[in-house]
Amino acid sequence: MRSEHVLEFPGGYTRTTGPVIGRFLTELRDARLVGVRTAQGRVLVPPLEYDPATGEPVTGEWVPVGPAGTVESWAWVGTPRPGHPLATPFAWALIRLDGADTALVHAVDAGSAKAMRPGLRVRPRWRAERAGHITDIESFVPEVTGMVAPIRLTYQIQPGEALSRFLAKVRDGILLGGRCDSCHAVYVPFRSACPQCGTPITEEVELPDTGTITTFAINNLPDPRAPEVPFVSAYILLDGADVPMIALVGGVPAHEVRQGMRVRAVWVPEAERTASMANIKWFAPTGEPDVEL
Amino acid sequence: MSNRCAVIGVGQTKYQTRRLDVSIAGLVREAALRALQDAGLTFADIDAVVIGKAPDLFEGVMMPEAYLADALGAAGKPMMRVHTAGSVGGSTALVGASLIQGGVHERVLVVAFEKQSESNATWALSTHVPFSASLVVGAGGYFAPHIREYMRRTGAPGHIGTLVAVKDRLNALKNPYAHLRIPGIDRKTVEATPMLWEPIRYLETCPSSDGACAMVLSSEAAVTGTPAWVHGTAMRSEPIFRAGRDTVSPQAGKDCAADVYRQAGITDPRGELDVAEVYVPFSWYEPMWLENLGFAADGEGWKLTESGATALDGDIPWNASGGVLSANPIGASGLIRFAEAALQVRGRAGEHQVDGARRALGHAYGGGAQFFAMWIVGSEKP
Ligand SMILES: [Zn+2]
Repeated sequence: MRSEHVLEFPGGYTRTTGPVIGRFLTELRDARLVGVRTAQGRVLVPPLEYDPATGEPVTGEWVPVGPAGTVESWAWVGTPRPGHPLATPFAWALIRLDGADTALVHAVDAGSAKAMRPGLRVRPRWRAERAGHITDIESFVPEVTGMVAPIRLTYQIQPGEALSRFLAKVRDGILLGGRCDSCHAVYVPFRSACPQCGTPITEEVELPDTGTITTFAINNLPDPRAPEVPFVSAYILLDGADVPMIALVGGVPAHEVRQGMRVRAVWVPEAERTASMANIKWFAPTGEPDVEL
Repeated sequence: MSNRCAVIGVGQTKYQTRRLDVSIAGLVREAALRALQDAGLTFADIDAVVIGKAPDLFEGVMMPEAYLADALGAAGKPMMRVHTAGSVGGSTALVGASLIQGGVHERVLVVAFEKQSESNATWALSTHVPFSASLVVGAGGYFAPHIREYMRRTGAPGHIGTLVAVKDRLNALKNPYAHLRIPGIDRKTVEATPMLWEPIRYLETCPSSDGACAMVLSSEAAVTGTPAWVHGTAMRSEPIFRAGRDTVSPQAGKDCAADVYRQAGITDPRGELDVAEVYVPFSWYEPMWLENLGFAADGEGWKLTESGATALDGDIPWNASGGVLSANPIGASGLIRFAEAALQVRGRAGEHQVDGARRALGHAYGGGAQFFAMWIVGSEKP
């Protein structure tokens, strides 16, 4: 058997503040933070009527403190209850306001527990309507220590003459290379000048879509261009080329890929082809014997 | 003959994942002020400022040199920015040195930085431009195949990369500026971490760091304090795609090393140098660069690593500071290598000092192992 029972004094208790607490709450209503000085010179925030160290009355001297303060310790509230100051997760913290010798308990709206640490600098977030109550401060919030700087640049990219020529051929399922007029090295993708000797390249060479893996990495970090993790990115020396291309290897478990392995391009169906390297899904083993590197 | 040039001040920030307490300007200024303090100078004593950093896309700050002029006391002075990808820190030092060697200035402040926490370098290096006919996945994805090829060619056993990962992190425990500090790290610790880009494990890669490094370079007449003398400087580059390019041991690296050794009168780097700070962002690059830089014959670099020769108590310590594997504010990483070389020959490397170091190599590489920068510094005048 169980029954809910509510104990609540109708309208709430009326509490007489006395001059010390009353002054503190009056200043709060004006969005000011003050502490009271003890006979020994310490500044108590929140103020007390009697110094806990000596039992003597505090002095009548009021000291402006804060508004910033430092978190001394804290506890994270992951699931706020109805009576809590915030509806979203927050921290209860001991906050020592600048100029005070004691700490005040209040809520810190830090977004996540990771943002909380002893030493965190915080400032009060005041309510617009204040009544002379500790909840006139809705919560404390961390000082600004960083900002987000969104940068977005939009480019119109043209592949250029040589790469356009290469990609046009890729649409037809052909890998186009170019032979240097001077040193006779064959570069793929087709390019307009030789990186080795600077000579313009004019002779086009259609290369087969077969080649040899010279070396590779097994990537265990995801990449939008790879179907799964792990995936293999490999240097593939196409038959007849003098420079390798870097491409995905598929159709074989990552740990069965070998240096010297023979591979062939796996093309997407003809109807789906565009002028882009996306035409090649990946390179897959041909089953031929490995090549001696 | 060029004029003599010396390093008279070195300043570094503590390298860490996030420096949330300072702006980029505050970060570079911290390093610059420490370098000036080391030299016993102020900004007023500096004639020109050279700043280096890796691609602007890393922080999304275009032309950072314009923004950072005030922070580096460059108002009314010549200031320029250098960019050669990952080798930029080294190139920055060399551009600064050339201004002294050419007699243009008496004192030059060189600074390099990266605040990696403001973005993500792998994103910045993998922007997937339309029409690209190639698939590269971040720096690790690019370098892993070359490491695999090194292992195939030399028959190096699989644990060599792990040995370097452990050795450099043990050195880092002696360097108060190092980012990664893993007390008690051993082979098991490294081997227990996952493969990211096989054959590269997580702890065989460098961390992402925020940090800056600065040096004050001076002419012979303007030296203050304890100088490290520049005995040789060299830069080389090569195209990333060219027929017959050796991506395991790039020709540009060999040529750059030959040039800097010739200037310093060195014929046997292992025997004649006392310590080397070499850009090793993936642990396997130690044996690879041991060969490329002539410390070991082709195919023998891994044996040097395995023998312990490159450890702090070996005959040729590599990366006594903990190296790039222990702190990688990318744009600054090359300059840190050059600065650590200078600290060693000045006898100011603290707990990771190599006893009696008289000549040291600073090395940096970048891009697809296509940009190289090196210098040799010594405790005595060249
Ligand atoms: Zn050519």
